[in-house]
Amino acid sequence: MTMTATVPAVVEAASGADQDGALAGLRWAVTRDLRLAMRSRAELGVQLLFYVIVVALFPLSMTPERNLLATMGPGVLWVAALLASLLSLPRLFASDHADGTLEQIALSPYPLEALIAGKVLAHWLTTGLPVALLAPLLALQYYLDGESVAILVAGLLLGTPILSLLGAVGAALTLGLRGGGGSLLALLILPLYVPVLIFGAGAVDSVRAGLGATANLSLLGAGLALALVGTPFAAAAAVRIALD
Amino acid sequence: MALNWTRFASPASFYPLAGTMIPWFGWGAAVLTAIGLWLGFAVAPTDFQQGEVYRIIFIHVPSAWMSMFLYVVMAFWGALLLGFNTRLSGMMAQAIAPTGALMTFVALWTGALWGRPTWGTYWAWDARMTSELILLFLYFGIIALRQAIGDSRRADRACAVLSLVGVVNIPIIYYSVQWWNTLHQGASVKATGASMETTMLAGMLVMSFAFWFYAIAVVLVRVRAIMLERERGAAWVAALAEVKA
Repeated sequence: MTMTATVPAVVEAASGADQDGALAGLRWAVTRDLRLAMRSRAELGVQLLFYVIVVALFPLSMTPERNLLATMGPGVLWVAALLASLLSLPRLFASDHADGTLEQIALSPYPLEALIAGKVLAHWLTTGLPVALLAPLLALQYYLDGESVAILVAGLLLGTPILSLLGAVGAALTLGLRGGGGSLLALLILPLYVPVLIFGAGAVDSVRAGLGATANLSLLGAGLALALVGTPFAAAAAVRIALD
Repeated sequence: MALNWTRFASPASFYPLAGTMIPWFGWGAAVLTAIGLWLGFAVAPTDFQQGEVYRIIFIHVPSAWMSMFLYVVMAFWGALLLGFNTRLSGMMAQAIAPTGALMTFVALWTGALWGRPTWGTYWAWDARMTSELILLFLYFGIIALRQAIGDSRRADRACAVLSLVGVVNIPIIYYSVQWWNTLHQGASVKATGASMETTMLAGMLVMSFAFWFYAIAVVLVRVRAIMLERERGAAWVAALAEVKA
């Protein structure tokens, strides 16, 4: 008896032209999660609105003075991106875990690492990417100049995938725990987000100081490469532990 | 003679071994602390720049070293657990976490007390202080994750994964905050030689060994309690003299 008999979609995908395993699994997971995300577009919209509102709160908490806002802007936008990523993490595995789909996914013939990488990619496409694309509009509220905005977006494009990748590990570790989705996940993941925040916001700062952002952006790129290689394995291990 | 190390991977045989080691390390810690404090407060000269204030270094530096070292040791036990699935490894990792968090807290607290008279502030957003604070959060995260998971086997494995992800991240965090901001004085002890008096250095090293012995003793006491708690149904626990009494 094959365990996969209970997952028609997976079997169907596996019996297709590409039997190659990892890539096919990745593609399957991306399409499935994107389709699911598109069916709950309101939820995605709410997450983006959260990002917009957090960014808009900071000027209200002080005198909205032009220089001050331009200095704080990159950091505020980055912190808001971190929080938006954090809030959307439970969506990665929680509902699949609740209805048993995650167990079936783990039993599928595809490598679990590839399936998780696909889920993370779909998560980034629906949260990190919109956040990066929305950033120029919000940066205008903080009086950032054109070059700073360009670097901010470049940093977000490099950094938000790291947030999704690291977040997947935390989301998998806290699956099905008491109070798992909320503050515990934040405690586990936010300290690990620190380097992304420092390099991302630092890139814009160094451009504003006339130093050029190459160093910071390169470090973000290196971090992305490292996270791409390592985190799918850690997340897969965490999912297996949660399903044990 | 080949020593059978794996024999002590079993809680039943490690429990008595830990019991024998605890007094040695406990008393060792007490004696070393006495010597270290005597060296630090009676023998070491007054610093020509900082005066008497610098003497907090004999607590501050050893605790900071131990805070980082213990995290690596905890991650090492986590790797052993994931690699060999030995029950004892998870228990050791669980026993180390609170002591590691304590050391991190002591390092931060004594740092604040040292910073006030020398820098004029309890807290500065300096690289090492910030990375030490983040290390404290990492310890809290591991302890909280364990608390949230009821099943000790799952808790062991989840904490092992988290501590390994953390151990990869610690150097990155450390360098990121270092490039971001630096106010802290440079390291006084480098591989090429120390920039301090011999007696100061001796006091600091003796105190480091004292902290080390203390950590080992406390971890062993804690791991014995964890063993008893987790294996309370096992025959070897019921056969223990202290359980029978």
